[in-house]
Amino acid sequence: MNPSNYILLSAVLFSIGAIGVLVRRNAIIVFMSVELMLNAANLAFVTFARMNGNLDGQVVAFFVMVVAAAEVVIGLAIIVTIFRTRRSASIDEPSLLKY
Amino acid sequence: MSTFPWLTALGVLPLLGSIVVALLPRAKHTLAKQVALAVSALTLLLTVVMALEFQGDSTEPFQFVESYPWIPTFGINYSVGVDGIGLVLIALAATLVPIVIIAGWNDVQEDDGGSVKGYFALVLVLEALMIGVFSATDLFLFYVYFEVMLIPVYFLIGRYGGPQRAYAAVKFLIYSLVGGLFMLASLIGLWVVSRDETGQGTFDYLSLVELNIDPNTQKLLFLGFFFAFAIKAPLWPFHTWLPDAAAQAKPGTSVLLIGVLDKVGTFGMIRYLLPIFPAASDFYAPVVIGMALIGIFYGGYVALNQNNMKRLFAYSSMSHFGFIALGIFVFTEQGVSGSVVYMVAHGLSTAALFLTAGFLMARFKDSALISSYGGVNKIAPVLAGFFLVASLSSLALPGMVSFTGEFLVILGAFERYMWVGAIATLGIVLTAAYVLRVYQRTMTGPLNPDLPQFVDLKAREITALVPIAVLTIALGIMPAPILNVINPAVERTLEISELKYERVASDATTSSEGVTP
Amino acid sequence: MTELMPAEGVFSLIWLLIALPLAGAIVLLFGGRRTNSWGPYLGVLTVSASAVLGVLMLLGLLDRPAEERTVEQTLFTWVFVGDFQADMAFQLDQLSMVFVLLITIVGALIHVYSLGYMSHDPDRRKFFGYLNLFVAAMLLLVLANNYLLVYVGWEGVGLASFLLIGFWQAKPSAAAAAKKAFIINRVGDVGLSLAIMLMFVTFGSVSFDDVFRSTSEASEGTLTAIGLLLLLAAAGKSAQFPLQAWLLDAMEGPTPVSALIHAATMVTAGVYLIVRSNAIYNAAVWAATAVVIVGLITIFMGAIIGSAKDDIKKSLAGSTMSQIGYMIFAAGLGPIGYVFAIFHLLTHGVFKAGLFLGAGSVMHGMNDNVNMRRYGALKGLMVITFITFMAGYLAIIGIPPFSGFWSKDEIIHAAFERNALIGIATILAAGITGFYMTRMIAMTFFGKPRWEEGVHPHESPAVMTIPLIILALGSTFMGMALLFWGNIESWLEPVTGFASEPTPLPTMFYIGVTLVVVIIGAVIGWITYGVKPVPIDPPHGSWLTRAARKDLYGDAVNDVLVVQPSLATARYLSWFDDKGIDGFVNGIARWVGLLANTLRRTQSGLVRSYALSMVGGVFVVVLALLLVRMN
Repeated sequence: MNPSNYILLSAVLFSIGAIGVLVRRNAIIVFMSVELMLNAANLAFVTFARMNGNLDGQVVAFFVMVVAAAEVVIGLAIIVTIFRTRRSASIDEPSLLKY
Repeated sequence: MSTFPWLTALGVLPLLGSIVVALLPRAKHTLAKQVALAVSALTLLLTVVMALEFQGDSTEPFQFVESYPWIPTFGINYSVGVDGIGLVLIALAATLVPIVIIAGWNDVQEDDGGSVKGYFALVLVLEALMIGVFSATDLFLFYVYFEVMLIPVYFLIGRYGGPQRAYAAVKFLIYSLVGGLFMLASLIGLWVVSRDETGQGTFDYLSLVELNIDPNTQKLLFLGFFFAFAIKAPLWPFHTWLPDAAAQAKPGTSVLLIGVLDKVGTFGMIRYLLPIFPAASDFYAPVVIGMALIGIFYGGYVALNQNNMKRLFAYSSMSHFGFIALGIFVFTEQGVSGSVVYMVAHGLSTAALFLTAGFLMARFKDSALISSYGGVNKIAPVLAGFFLVASLSSLALPGMVSFTGEFLVILGAFERYMWVGAIATLGIVLTAAYVLRVYQRTMTGPLNPDLPQFVDLKAREITALVPIAVLTIALGIMPAPILNVINPAVERTLEISELKYERVASDATTSSEGVTP
Repeated sequence: MTELMPAEGVFSLIWLLIALPLAGAIVLLFGGRRTNSWGPYLGVLTVSASAVLGVLMLLGLLDRPAEERTVEQTLFTWVFVGDFQADMAFQLDQLSMVFVLLITIVGALIHVYSLGYMSHDPDRRKFFGYLNLFVAAMLLLVLANNYLLVYVGWEGVGLASFLLIGFWQAKPSAAAAAKKAFIINRVGDVGLSLAIMLMFVTFGSVSFDDVFRSTSEASEGTLTAIGLLLLLAAAGKSAQFPLQAWLLDAMEGPTPVSALIHAATMVTAGVYLIVRSNAIYNAAVWAATAVVIVGLITIFMGAIIGSAKDDIKKSLAGSTMSQIGYMIFAAGLGPIGYVFAIFHLLTHGVFKAGLFLGAGSVMHGMNDNVNMRRYGALKGLMVITFITFMAGYLAIIGIPPFSGFWSKDEIIHAAFERNALIGIATILAAGITGFYMTRMIAMTFFGKPRWEEGVHPHESPAVMTIPLIILALGSTFMGMALLFWGNIESWLEPVTGFASEPTPLPTMFYIGVTLVVVIIGAVIGWITYGVKPVPIDPPHGSWLTRAARKDLYGDAVNDVLVVQPSLATARYLSWFDDKGIDGFVNGIARWVGLLANTLRRTQSGLVRSYALSMVGGVFVVVLALLLVRMN
């Protein structure tokens, strides 16, 4: 099968994820979009590993998964905390960390 | 010559002293002062012994040499040594520190920005660094000292100064850091040049002097060093940090800052610019001489219009630094030797001026304004007398060491560029005008009715001033002790740089016009 | 050129001449209050000891043949760098000898006089300390064997003068006068300083011996430049045109100071310098001519100012300017005049010191009032002062056989040897001298009393009158003594050279004409101020009188040409420093701040806008990579 299809799929998934991050306000959705982007990147890594015939890309994909898992743990915790205090999961509202 | 590590000992002693002072309990003010004074006195004693060991007629470029590898990968060593020029400046620093400690005994109170012991600890740190910067013979080491010195001075101004001290301290720091940054860039460039030429990069002064650097590269590298030195010295137009720093700092800090620390700039010009970048020095000499001449008159005129004594002394120092730089960049023996003598003389006269002004201010609401005094001679004749001696030393009265320096500088300039010397000579009228203006307005005339009936100088204050006055006059009448060590060093510097300008021997018919080589 | 002899015997003590008064100054100035009681006597003692030593040295010199009278004593090498060297060394020859005697003997007399004059001053210890310092510096000036050391003495006397003019420094006018004197003298110092440098560049040395030996090697242009620079120096110290403005203000100092420093010794240092440098002026005709012109202008300026001032000391100061003008003028004439410049300097030093001390004695009796319009009819009340003052008066206007006659007459005669026109000018000036001095004695000693209320004129104590008597004797006999018994021409000739040129008419003719003109001047003065009553309020006067009362606008000219432009420059540069250079520096800081303020607005806190900028960044990077790939 032509590897470029995988790359294409990866690009589409990444773009969907990026647009999701940009346009959605709900923190959970944004979070899922980020996960989508990470997995799009993973797909690209694995594809390239396959194309180049070595395992480097696959190894990196594992790293990304670990990072993503860690991120989910912390990120969800933060979102839950924010929801508890503000009764909302919108990411536009907590903009206190500005100039 | 003994193998005792004189210079390291001189640097370590005040450093240890400062640690001891810093570790003392905060409440024991007097003890902190006493320890600081004892340590600085011991350093002075050690310096005197070292100076007596110094061989004036030695053919070695440096004496009391020590060298240990520090960062061998980059050819960086801890190497120290002094020539006559370094020696007199170290002696100046070692002399002024105990005087400043005595004079500033009660200048710092606990409720000021910092603790009492902190002030004296910082002064001792500064002394160690000043001795280090004048004795380093490795350029990297010199650079480190040059930059690290900023830290104690920053705190001395920023914590113990007047109401605008934060502004002054930050201004001083940023100015110096910018200069230092340019110097760092040039320093790295110099290292690369040395690596390209010899295969092994080095910061060793004597090896760098041997290099034959391409003139165009020299011109570039020169600028980085010059920029740092011109800010430190300070030359016109890089001077505006000085009046603010001087006006805000304690008198003692100003003495060390202007009297000794700023000399690093002019010292660097003689030690580093001339021998390492001879072609560039020659190329830029007209520009530097122009800046120096402008500085002489600019500083003088601005001083004439100041109402704040400390700012006035700062501007007068700028004028004096113009003379020093002028003497260096005419490349005559008289000029360069004169500059070194001038550095010592200026250190002494600045110390006398700032300390007497400080004593005066301590008696009347800390006011540095000339207009708040008048007729002080009536109530405090001893104070007025010392103020007059300091003023006369500042205006280079013949018979004082400042005259020896100033005359030699102008003579050196006159030999080379007759009109430059002639114009610089006019500066002596301006100096007299602004110096005597202060004396007249503060010390003479009817007593200002606002002034309280304060006491004349106390024994402690007189103790601080007498050594300065004695040195100023004694070295003026008999400058041989310093000339004997300065002259060979200057001669060697000029020979290394091959810039030495020789007067056309007694060809009376042509010498009435400016002769250039 | 005579050989330099090593300092042996009494001459090994040359340094002591200077060291004695210097030690006195140090003890008095640093000894503090504990020396208050005996300090003034110590001051008198040190100067007197120097005077005795000076006389011993004179005897020593007289013992030697003329060509062995130049003694040199080198103490140590003073300033040395490369091929520049100046020694701490003294040279005693015929010229410095007469100066040493003048300085120490007149100095000692004035010290004694000051014991009485300053007896009520709380700071008199300091006064004697400063006077001692002055004597030491002045001796250094005349004994130095090189120009750089002369410079030390030169500024030393300037310092002493500064301190003494401003002695009553609580008076703002005294403090201002002191500063003015110092600064104007510094202008002259620029000349001396440049002359020294030019000498070093030209001759490779600054010692008298080396410079004078090699004048023939230098071009005339160089020598002229040196000569003009030395003239500038002399003009500053000797209050000659155009640096004359400080001398009249210097009268703010106590009267003994005016007598010693601003009449007898320090102000004549310029004459010394020019006569000492005779080898240079002999070879530089234009410089010598400039000296003559400066002298001539000052002779008249001083005389005119002296004729208009009502302040007795300022009138005498104008007269001093005028008389020093004579000396400078004579020194400019060359070998025909050097000797007489010094001759007149010596006689003037004595009779003018006498006149000033006499004026001081009058002021002492008049509650320190200096206005001659409030004097009058003092001749019967102050007999000794009157008689001694008359001796000085007859000496200064040049009535034979008083000392001024001999010296001034020689100068006038020398002028005629050179040029009839300048000769006539000097005679005219002598006439004006007769006028203003007659005016002075008429207003002071004759006429009706115009005293202020509560003033009870009385004769001064003996400690003041004895120096007056000695100086009056000097004013009377010194001219004859020096000329006939001391043989001053041949005494000075080895140092200064001496020549005489024929005049078209016999000498007696010039003497006669001069005397007639002087007497005419005196008679006019007597008719105007002695016969007619003197009004207490000064009349409006002619334009010349009004100008002379304002020192011929000397201060106004300085103010417009130098002082105001300098202050304006100072103000402008201060503004420029604050707003221009520091403005630029602070401006950079302000711009950095502004930029930071603007940029921080992008930190909105909105997570999605941060994400958008990240995406934008990715696009930019990718685009850039693609563009690079394309090329």
